[in-house]
Amino acid sequence: MDTPMIETRALRKAFGSTTVLTGVDLAVPQGQVLALLGPNGAGKTTTVEILSTLLRPDGGTAAVAGHDVVREPDRVREAISLTGQYAAVDELLTGRENLRLMARLAHLPRSAGRTRGDDLLGLFDLEGAADRLVRTYSGGMRRRLDLAVGLLTRPAVLFLDEPTTGLDPRSRSDLWAVIRDVVGQGATVLLTTQYLDEADALADRVAVLDHGRVIAQGTAAELKRQVGAAHVELQLADGRTERVATDASVPDVRRILADVELRRLPVESWRVAVPTLDDVFLTLTGRPADAAPAADAPAADAADLLAREAS
Amino acid sequence: MTATALAPARAVTRPPAGGWALQDTAAMIGRSLRRSLRTPDTLIMGIALPVILMLLFVYVFGGAIQTGQAAYVDYVVPGIVLLCAGYGAATTAVSVASDMTGGLMNRFRTLPVRPVAALTGHVVESVVRNAVSTALVVGVAYLAGFRPTAGAGGWLAVAGLVLLYVLALTWTAVCIGMVSSGPEAANGFTFAIMFLPYVSSAFVPPESMPRVLEWIATYQPVTPVTDTVRAWLIGAPGGQPLVALAWCAGLLVVARLTAAWLFRRRATR
Repeated sequence: MDTPMIETRALRKAFGSTTVLTGVDLAVPQGQVLALLGPNGAGKTTTVEILSTLLRPDGGTAAVAGHDVVREPDRVREAISLTGQYAAVDELLTGRENLRLMARLAHLPRSAGRTRGDDLLGLFDLEGAADRLVRTYSGGMRRRLDLAVGLLTRPAVLFLDEPTTGLDPRSRSDLWAVIRDVVGQGATVLLTTQYLDEADALADRVAVLDHGRVIAQGTAAELKRQVGAAHVELQLADGRTERVATDASVPDVRRILADVELRRLPVESWRVAVPTLDDVFLTLTGRPADAAPAADAPAADAADLLAREAS
Repeated sequence: MTATALAPARAVTRPPAGGWALQDTAAMIGRSLRRSLRTPDTLIMGIALPVILMLLFVYVFGGAIQTGQAAYVDYVVPGIVLLCAGYGAATTAVSVASDMTGGLMNRFRTLPVRPVAALTGHVVESVVRNAVSTALVVGVAYLAGFRPTAGAGGWLAVAGLVLLYVLALTWTAVCIGMVSSGPEAANGFTFAIMFLPYVSSAFVPPESMPRVLEWIATYQPVTPVTDTVRAWLIGAPGGQPLVALAWCAGLLVVARLTAAWLFRRRATR
């Protein structure tokens, strides 16, 4: 079997008395995209910073492209590119100058660096703004430039730390398209995100990180199956949407609808919704680990909802 | 979108003789100089302020200040030159702080580059900027009646000492920029550097100050440097070249090492 392009074993990290990672195991094979999903403070950025040689782990091992991040950071740096939460571009340079500077620092031959920079400007739809100072760019343009800079060296491994956080929907889908293209050409990607649709849209596998450990891992479909429960989604007349967990069986749905009728809830429309990654996320991180499983939940949820509506 | 444009195959380039360090540093210097030209407000302020201050001291305060020596313009120009180095250094602290707080330094650190080159870029930019403003100050001073008696050797010595002083202050500013929480904080911290020349022999003789201030003025680094520059330029008494050199070289070494240490500490959190 091939060595994974990204691999961590029992990775631990603490800042002073705050433990951030308590033992993270990850493996991403060549050409795959792993989404590291988790709420703020779960340890996503710390994991990426260790893998990209910015931080030293306290324990465990991390290797990228077959090189240990602590023992051979230079070899790792040659294989990776990092696009962080904050666009790492120079505000006082133009887009083109940023690309040229980074191409020089990445030790590309001068003419090749220029050609490649100009190509990337075209690919990322930044040609028109290429000679404007980055200070004047929109958030989406900065991220695109940031990603373009990251791709100058054709890295084998790409770390994308919340690449679309703070972007408007249009810039977001533009960026997704670009990421899909990169991935389609064989790069191995570790993506962190708080957005489940992003993980769903881009990743082959999803690892859910919470309080510094991976609490679930698998394809989006596997994780959804793991959660299991479907919902009856009620669209209320006042514009609110309420969800009541169900096992999606006919008797259960009938029971919920009967309750709804009994309480005379102003339901405009309803449907049975299959689980999304949002539900996975909520189930895995939003409740205590020892919370009651789905079996009791529908009744309880329905009762809660109906009680609130009645009052 | 063409397949080749994003194909993940890293271009391999052979390092030039002597490694990449020189080329990396040159790239970073180019970056810093460009940045400098892109912030004309800061640049103009940094270059014009020393000139304005000099004119202020010569024509407004100068008449009332007794130096007991030559014309006040001859007395004050060395002080203004050192004051302007302080302003120049402050700008560097702000640049370094904004590099550190944005994501840019992290990007440099994931490149196969010694990221200290970024700091060197800022320092060289500071030296260039200070050279321009110093030349301007001296030029305007000449129009205002400044008549140094130094020969070529004296000027060269002065240039060397001022360069050392600028380097020492700039590396100190780099440290300030690195420990600051952001550009604004960095700007605040540099107040101390900018204030130092006022409590020295730069503008008035320390003997004219109250006891405590006189003591501070006598033993702080700006005084021996000013006195030495003054001695070399106009032949004034009181030059202490060895003390001045020791201060500048000592500060430079300490600040440079501290900067490297701070940098490593951030890299190995």
